[in-house]
Amino acid sequence: MKKVLSGLCLLLVLILVGCASGVKLNEVPVEDKSSSLVKADAANALSGKSVVTGVQTSALGAMNMGPAGIEKVVYFDYDSYAIKPQAQATVELHAKFLSADKSRKVALEGHTDDRGGREYNLALGQKRSEAVKRSLTLLGVSEAQIEAVSLGKETPAASGSDESTYAKNRRVEFNYK
Amino acid sequence: MINASNSRFGQVFCKLICKLLFVSVPRPMLTLTSICMGSMLLMGQALAQFRVEVAGVGITQIPINLNQFKDESTSPQKITQIIQADLERSAKFKVSTNAFAMDESSRPDFNGLRQKALENFVTGSVTKLADGRFDVRFRLWDLIKTQDLGGASFAVVAPDLRRAAHQISDFIYEKLTSEKGIFSTRIAYVTKSSNRFNLWIADADGENAQAALTSPEPIISPNWAPNGQQLAYVSFESRKPVVYVHDVSSGKRKIVANFKGSNSAPSWSPDGQSLAVTLSREGGSQIYLIAASGGEPQRLTQSSSIDTEPNFMPDGSAIYFVSDRGGSPQIYRMPAKGGPVARVTFNGTYNISPSLSPDGKFLAYISRQGGQFKLYLMDLTTERVQALTETSADEKPSFAPNGKLIIYATQIQGKEALMTVNWENKISARLSGQAGDIREPHWGPFLKGN
Repeated sequence: MKKVLSGLCLLLVLILVGCASGVKLNEVPVEDKSSSLVKADAANALSGKSVVTGVQTSALGAMNMGPAGIEKVVYFDYDSYAIKPQAQATVELHAKFLSADKSRKVALEGHTDDRGGREYNLALGQKRSEAVKRSLTLLGVSEAQIEAVSLGKETPAASGSDESTYAKNRRVEFNYK
Repeated sequence: MINASNSRFGQVFCKLICKLLFVSVPRPMLTLTSICMGSMLLMGQALAQFRVEVAGVGITQIPINLNQFKDESTSPQKITQIIQADLERSAKFKVSTNAFAMDESSRPDFNGLRQKALENFVTGSVTKLADGRFDVRFRLWDLIKTQDLGGASFAVVAPDLRRAAHQISDFIYEKLTSEKGIFSTRIAYVTKSSNRFNLWIADADGENAQAALTSPEPIISPNWAPNGQQLAYVSFESRKPVVYVHDVSSGKRKIVANFKGSNSAPSWSPDGQSLAVTLSREGGSQIYLIAASGGEPQRLTQSSSIDTEPNFMPDGSAIYFVSDRGGSPQIYRMPAKGGPVARVTFNGTYNISPSLSPDGKFLAYISRQGGQFKLYLMDLTTERVQALTETSADEKPSFAPNGKLIIYATQIQGKEALMTVNWENKISARLSGQAGDIREPHWGPFLKGN
């Protein structure tokens, strides 16, 4: 009887332990780190910060005409800033025109082909426009009449990825103001 | 096998298989590599319709279940979906969803959810307020530890709903990975379509793009101010490169550098007070420092070569830049106030577009190797370099503010694309959103108060 009783007791204990552990699992206290929600709106200054107000620029008016009958573009070899012999004749004609009329101003726009980084190409295009500027001033044109700028690879004259396209894009354009 | 899973085909397949498998596989976490290796033979034709968003190898994913935010149908933005997409794109989470009738104030049935093999659980709600704003609330639960990991409430105007969702993603990401999330940051980039150029501000996922500037002439080199509200960039709207500073929320902008010649490559100093720029006002392309409000620039480099693409060390001590003073474009370093110059890159004959990590320990740049332009990373401590990408026309890298991801422009199948790459595991992702020519990305800073 004692044995039976102790056996029953053991069973009861086991059941209770079983129950207890079961109950416990369900009632594990929840660790609540933030009893109330953080109001994040003010802290993060969210109100309307995602708004972007768009701005539109207008197209420039047409450039003034330069001298009639003179080529407005000179081309360059790959990785070169040297004015080629055939381009030299064009540069000389522009120099004559600018020297004859000191009121005229020209922007020399350097361009590159589309290989390589945008900013580095901008600097390479600047080297080309400055080479033409130097040539013009050596021919007697006043520096005040010339601005050498670069458009880098941003405005290609032709699109494609072959050498003949690249050659069309490596250029300096004369834009009269 | 690793090579195979690196291929485009393999990447697609990994994602597909993982989608199928992960749902039923609880702890321990699985890695994409192991699954891919085990399942290569099963490749089927379902691949064609599957879109690659995340690709890579060796990913350990944290399982998380998102319960659809209560009443989110009242919101113009599907909060749960945005969070899901954020977490999935990070490649660090295996996300599943549920639609129990619960919100952030509900106490989860821990046992029941654990039996569904769930581990991390997010609840929330969206409530339209009387003033027209939306109150977005959430709570993150650790079901294994039966622990409330915290939550927050965001009362926002409709345009900020996506950002609220991204901030919830940031919270979850930081709690479960111990790294800061970058989902609520913004990126700037430029698109070109039929001779119209747009400067866009988008969420870090590439969505929600809003045009800050539209111009018939090119726009390049957008660069975020440290305050995350202003952008410097180069606009050719007057048919020459001119540097502007533009407040994106108001649309107010001003010319900072419009000197004779070209003005380009703006880079904010870390204190937001000044910009390093490239000017040709004295002939040649040289680097100057100019106040953010404009004024007389101070010349920093003195060379007869090209010096351009300045980029500040985040502590403000030095400027990294590109110079061809050695005969080919290479990256150099000088003190931020100018002074002695030290060469940084030596491999190859064309290294450009330096970008420093937020901790100043790494340099991302573009290197031409065998006719290809590739994104490289240099550990500035060991000077070890590695290529990070499989693409071959990479341009203009910039680091996410947590330093883990790098965004860059490239070409995929002949089309311009923006990609991100995690430099630790090389997981790459293509940004969704714009079609057509897309370039010149720059990753904005953490928002103040985040």
